[in-house]
Amino acid sequence: MVNEWIYAGAFYGLAALTLLSAAGVVFLKDIVHSALLLAASFIGVAGIYVLLNADFLAAVQVLIYGGAVAILIAFGVMLTRRPHMKETNANNRWVVWGAFTAAFTFAICGWAIAFTQFKPIDATPAQVTAIDGIATQLLGDFVVPFEAAALLLTVALIGAIILAKGAKEA
Amino acid sequence: MALVAPVGLTHFLLLGTALFCLGLYCVFIKRNAIALLMGIELMLNAVNINLIAFNKFIAPASYTGQVFSIFVIVVAAAEVAVGLALVISIYRDRATTSVDDLDWLKW
Repeated sequence: MVNEWIYAGAFYGLAALTLLSAAGVVFLKDIVHSALLLAASFIGVAGIYVLLNADFLAAVQVLIYGGAVAILIAFGVMLTRRPHMKETNANNRWVVWGAFTAAFTFAICGWAIAFTQFKPIDATPAQVTAIDGIATQLLGDFVVPFEAAALLLTVALIGAIILAKGAKEA
Repeated sequence: MALVAPVGLTHFLLLGTALFCLGLYCVFIKRNAIALLMGIELMLNAVNINLIAFNKFIAPASYTGQVFSIFVIVVAAAEVAVGLALVISIYRDRATTSVDDLDWLKW
């Protein structure tokens, strides 16, 4: 009983951190603040992963999203900055329609989720630890997508370097 | 209904939905290309929450959801690298990151 209360408190705290930071990303006018709050939102999602027994993915989330992606976006912001930072995150003319579409999507999905009975397809919990299960699947059933992902990352990073550096002197 | 304690699958799915809709709104209304990339990252995170929540509550004997979220993270990292390189390349050419000004494909 006490454990359930702690679990619920942790969930609502991390959900509030994630959603409030994401709202700050969307609604703040200075894009540097948005980039920093994006990192906070990623850290909140990593905490949600811990609650879902996905320890390895929580570590991956902190390293890749909280570290690499957030830092990359902060670098992008710094490389393209303007003299006036106050209006760097301005809205376009679709604010009303965008709000309507997002609220409509949330209403439809929330309605569908709240009134669906999700049943487990197998009640037996996993016997191995998460890292063993992920490794077995990555190097077994999913080995071809795994290698394709490695290739995709290499090609994407080389392409990004050539795009940012310029193809002439490369 | 399941909206009172204990915290279950519905709570995680609703959190994912809220995060996804915030990212969708960000992609719709922002003028800066980097802000658009941030919105896409928020949506990918929402999808990852859903995948891992389904993995824990629906199919706890397998790790398929976690493996798929690893692939989502890999694709997101590649996407943000290429997207930022494109933004910087365009900024060097046009001195703007506003997507309203990226209109030289239309005549």
